[in-house]
Amino acid sequence: MADAYPSSMRESIGRVEATRPQRMGVEPQRLSLEERREVLDQFHPDYKEEGKRALAVGPSKGELVPHEMADLLEAYPLIDPDRVDLGQADYEVDVLVIGGGGGGTVAALWANEAGIPAGRILIATKLRHGDSNSMMAQGGIQAADKENDSPPIHYLDVQGGGHFGNDPELVRALVSDAPEVLRWHEKLGVMYDKDPEGRMLTIHGGGTSRKRMHSAKDYTGMEIMRVLRDEALGRGIPTVEFSPVVELISDDKGQVVGAVLWNMETEEYSVVRAKATVLATGGWGRLHIQGFPTSNHYGATADGLVLAYRAGAGLRDLDSVQYHPTGAAFPEQIVGLLITEKVRGMGAQPVNVEGELFVHPLEPRDVESGAFIRECSSPEQGGRGRGVVTPTGMIGIWLDTPMVDLIHGQGTFNRELSAIWRMYARFDIDPSADPVLTYPTLHYQNGGVVIDADGATQVPGLFAGGEVSGGIHGKNRLMGNSLLDFNVFGRRAGIAAAKWAQRSKPGKPTLEHALRYTQDLQAAGVEEVRKAPSLLPEYRGKKTLARVVDLI
Amino acid sequence: MSAELEMIRVYIMGRAYEVPAGLTIMKAMEYAGYRLVRGVGCRGGFCGACATVFRRPGDYKLYADLACQTTAEDEMYIAQIPSVPAERAPWKLSELEPEENFILALYPEVARCVACNTCSRACPQELEVMDYIQAALRGDIAQVAELSFDCVQCGLCAMRCPAEIVHYHVGQLARRVYGAYRAPQAGHLAARVEEIESGTFDQELDTLQQMSRDELVEAYRKRDVEK
Repeated sequence: MADAYPSSMRESIGRVEATRPQRMGVEPQRLSLEERREVLDQFHPDYKEEGKRALAVGPSKGELVPHEMADLLEAYPLIDPDRVDLGQADYEVDVLVIGGGGGGTVAALWANEAGIPAGRILIATKLRHGDSNSMMAQGGIQAADKENDSPPIHYLDVQGGGHFGNDPELVRALVSDAPEVLRWHEKLGVMYDKDPEGRMLTIHGGGTSRKRMHSAKDYTGMEIMRVLRDEALGRGIPTVEFSPVVELISDDKGQVVGAVLWNMETEEYSVVRAKATVLATGGWGRLHIQGFPTSNHYGATADGLVLAYRAGAGLRDLDSVQYHPTGAAFPEQIVGLLITEKVRGMGAQPVNVEGELFVHPLEPRDVESGAFIRECSSPEQGGRGRGVVTPTGMIGIWLDTPMVDLIHGQGTFNRELSAIWRMYARFDIDPSADPVLTYPTLHYQNGGVVIDADGATQVPGLFAGGEVSGGIHGKNRLMGNSLLDFNVFGRRAGIAAAKWAQRSKPGKPTLEHALRYTQDLQAAGVEEVRKAPSLLPEYRGKKTLARVVDLI
Repeated sequence: MSAELEMIRVYIMGRAYEVPAGLTIMKAMEYAGYRLVRGVGCRGGFCGACATVFRRPGDYKLYADLACQTTAEDEMYIAQIPSVPAERAPWKLSELEPEENFILALYPEVARCVACNTCSRACPQELEVMDYIQAALRGDIAQVAELSFDCVQCGLCAMRCPAEIVHYHVGQLARRVYGAYRAPQAGHLAARVEEIESGTFDQELDTLQQMSRDELVEAYRKRDVEK
């Protein structure tokens, strides 16, 4: 078999192998808060002012967000409000859940638990039920369930990771509900990694002070999502797929009372009337902020932020983007795909072209990414110029994956990190024998829609849970807190929505908020060149696009 | 760079397109001009949305794999499967009696397995699908759970099975029953849930929640990190 690595990279691997014996068992000093700040200020993409602008309209007017996000918020409705007939409802439900990923499915299940019959719930989703970032989460889920750990210790880790800008009430909810969430999963049949006595196997994640990362091999998100979806199927909760929401519906009292769906295949719209609505549309990875590749699924286009914002919900912390330090940088086919933090949690170290260990493997993600970018940037850019260059011009850092088997025994990588092993094996790379090349990849939306501890947004009748919401993680989420987040706040939003539905009195359905937003855009001088939500990223070839004509 | 691109020819649903060499099947389709709605999901090999059937020149065999994880080859004939209409048996974990034969009760067609191994050959994850179906026949739930664990539920096994077994739903059933009833439960987890419910940490959390930023920073600096 031909070597998957070109000779230039193979030479560098020789140096990685040469330094490996000295690096084994060495844990570098963690950075102080001041050193962290320095790395972030100089090298993290978030700290470049030219990447953002202040919003021109809306409830969070004046807040800085990435240009790619501002372009969608300063955009006109996708569907002309005057051309939608709200008089006839195609679906009449108690609870509408927008988004069929982890957060949405959890919300639907708990709305059902809280007394809403399955048939009075509807999950509307853009792609298939389960197609989501939840499905792709690999490394784990945090919960303070060990004797040496506690929710208060977890609380401090979350705040420190988020640079102390997190909403205290939301962090408290996150850490307090965590063990209960895992107990619920156990009862639903999620197969967590355990020892023969049933003790959870837990390791460190970046920025954790206790080993509280629970996993199901490196398919943790897939295992949880599969079980949640199967449970929803078993209960008969209706789902309508390939039907993204293109506008929320509000009433004369300013409440959200449903949504307009759009069938992506027949291109017809339909109207859902709902007593309560849960937004669980996920994040923004597919906006490719600052040109970064992404680890996110195809539908992660920030639709929910656009919908909620137009309806009057405030947004927060959207100036902060999470770049996961270890996205694949080689081979070209898998650039941007995630290599779970669990690989570093199990002992693999990041090393430069010379095989030098240059940073603690488990700093919080933003710091670790900043350190990777510093190592790869040229000295003229203030960096160290010690990245590894690929034949297509990508630059990256070696993740010394063979260390996993050296530490834990031969066969561990293949057994416990089988998703990553398989991803590389398809391209003739054995990560238990050779290191793999990585570079930060756009991974998570740290901020989002403002919510309270019940998942209620600032708009009556509209609840939110999961990546679409903000405040929980402040300016930077720690590993293992997103699977936790969608479970905790999906559950809280589902229960709160059920309670709301049991007492709310929806008024006359309108699209007034969209018309008002349009007027605000016009008043602010925003030209009518962009429409939102964007629904799908555009990856078609330029040559084809230049010749596309809409004929039938 | 674009001037030097090596191009290959692929046939997407029978029609020829020139695309750069080295792309995944999914990216090759997009390069050719398809704006995918079906047959695309996570793009990382986890969701099973992009089950794809293909043929190579000079080879009559039909192969199956995930479009997002497979490199397009010259003269490849490609078609995607938009949806798998296989049935999930109507069962609820809360109502299930996890007896020996519950798999056969819900999925009696498992008994029709002819051990042809077509399912394993169709599996993009290269799982031993037939082996777990055989384990299901024996009632060995732990084995089904373990062998089926990496399943992305793309449905290719079910689409090719001559005995009309829906392997991936059988695997899901076995894993949930194993996780809920057969695997040992975590005692420390149940204990922690009880502590939280009885308010053990309330006071400490109240204090943390009311701390000023400076106090929080100080508490964070002082925290010890488990080795």
